[in-house]
Amino acid sequence: MIYFDNVSKTYNDGSGVALEGVSFQVAPKEFISIVGHSGAGKTTLLKMLIAEDKPTDGQVFFESLDIHQIPRNKLPKYRRKIGTIFQDFKLLPHKTAYENIAFAMEANGRSDDEIAENVPQALALVDLEDKIWNFPGELSGGEKQRVAIARAIVNQPDIIIADEPTGNLDPIATYEVVQILRKINDLGTTVIMTTHNKGVIDELEKRVITMDEGRIVRDDKEGKYVL
Amino acid sequence: MWIAFKRIVRAGFVGFWRNAFVSLSAIFVMAVSLFVIGSTLMVDTLLGVSLENVQDKVDINVYFVPSAEQTDIDLLQTSLESLPDVEEVVFTSREDALAAFSELHKNDETIMQGLEELGDNPLGSSLSIRAHDTSQYEGIASFLSEQQAVEDPQQPLIDEVNFIKNQEAIDKLTAIIGAVENATFIIMLVLVAASILITFNTVRLTVYTTREEISVMRLVGASNMFIRGPFMLQGIMYGMAAGVLALLIMYPLVLWLGPGTEQFFQFNLFEYFVSNFGYLFAVLVGTGILMGVISSSLAVSRYLRV
Repeated sequence: MIYFDNVSKTYNDGSGVALEGVSFQVAPKEFISIVGHSGAGKTTLLKMLIAEDKPTDGQVFFESLDIHQIPRNKLPKYRRKIGTIFQDFKLLPHKTAYENIAFAMEANGRSDDEIAENVPQALALVDLEDKIWNFPGELSGGEKQRVAIARAIVNQPDIIIADEPTGNLDPIATYEVVQILRKINDLGTTVIMTTHNKGVIDELEKRVITMDEGRIVRDDKEGKYVL
Repeated sequence: MWIAFKRIVRAGFVGFWRNAFVSLSAIFVMAVSLFVIGSTLMVDTLLGVSLENVQDKVDINVYFVPSAEQTDIDLLQTSLESLPDVEEVVFTSREDALAAFSELHKNDETIMQGLEELGDNPLGSSLSIRAHDTSQYEGIASFLSEQQAVEDPQQPLIDEVNFIKNQEAIDKLTAIIGAVENATFIIMLVLVAASILITFNTVRLTVYTTREEISVMRLVGASNMFIRGPFMLQGIMYGMAAGVLALLIMYPLVLWLGPGTEQFFQFNLFEYFVSNFGYLFAVLVGTGILMGVISSSLAVSRYLRV
């Protein structure tokens, strides 16, 4: 469903080559981990997917759609097909857990009834029913990330993209977050995750793409963390 | 569509309330700006009125010799009235002139005695000429001196034209009026520009504090209007609150200044404020809303390029 075709990215600000001739495919319902050192190009790769960044060369397809040919005013609609999770959570600080999740649905034009029904369900899935009216500032890192996951899944996206979702979390929260992502994947959503965490990769036993200096150096079906 | 509008409005109000401190400081800064604009309006009106007062006092007086024939005077008056620069010509008869003179000097015994000794009315009748604009007196004066030049020197009609005497003063006054008008215009332009820039900057800062949120909203798939809407609504709310606040600050000030301006300019600022309240309200609140909307949507646009 996703196809990277010989994608390269060079930054003009002196930081140099971020991606170089990257090609790979993602099948529906796959769980892919992308590993590599800092600066290996993992985050750039994800930014290409959500059209936050454009490749200097090559194309990225979502189904038959060339992502970087989508006009600006159609981008929001495209992004609603993707749920994104970030290392720093990126929750709206002035909105409660409920409102953060509801916002993603409101932006999607969903009805109030749907919101009232789906938001508590999403929060239940990440086991946060009791923190529904708390602001992000009142939540722990793990709880924040779980709210972010609930926000990412509430619109039933085709893909979840998680950029270092456990980067700021302690081992227990990390475990919980990975279990939730696995559960989401089991329910049929494609998950693409970047990570530094060896334990997470080794435990998942899913496909692993290893990157180094902007290139894909390994692509293992049931990979381990090798670096 | 309706549901999106409803959500934008709600998000605007919630954002306004939850960012109370930022909202409050933006309102205060905007209120100061609007106060400057409002004061500028008032000062401008005040200056305009006082300039009009001064200009009203400028005129040319033609004094006729006591023996002048009324028909000749009427003839001159008609020809003066036909000049395009002339606004009005007022005739003062010899008797009226004497009455006014006596009234003016009734406490001055020497003059009154002298007048009595003369027996006859020593004063001539006169025409007082008013132009539309102070700069036009020059032309009227030269018309009058032409009239004087063609007179029969044995039987003069015009005794004196006081413009020639006052010319220097009138020229100076015209120049001063022009300079004051230009200077106040420039000062006001600078003040208004500065306050608009300050407002833009303040609203931009309030949006800047939420730039992360804006990029998150984009990534969650919110459309541009859905993101911009609440900020624009907040801009409107800032502008409205600031406009009302500025008027509230102005009220006691003009109340206090009212009697003083009445005495000095013959123009009561407080009465002006009260009778033109609708106009001032519309200008200040309208400007506030406009500045709020424009600056917030400009500011959000900066962060929408994700």
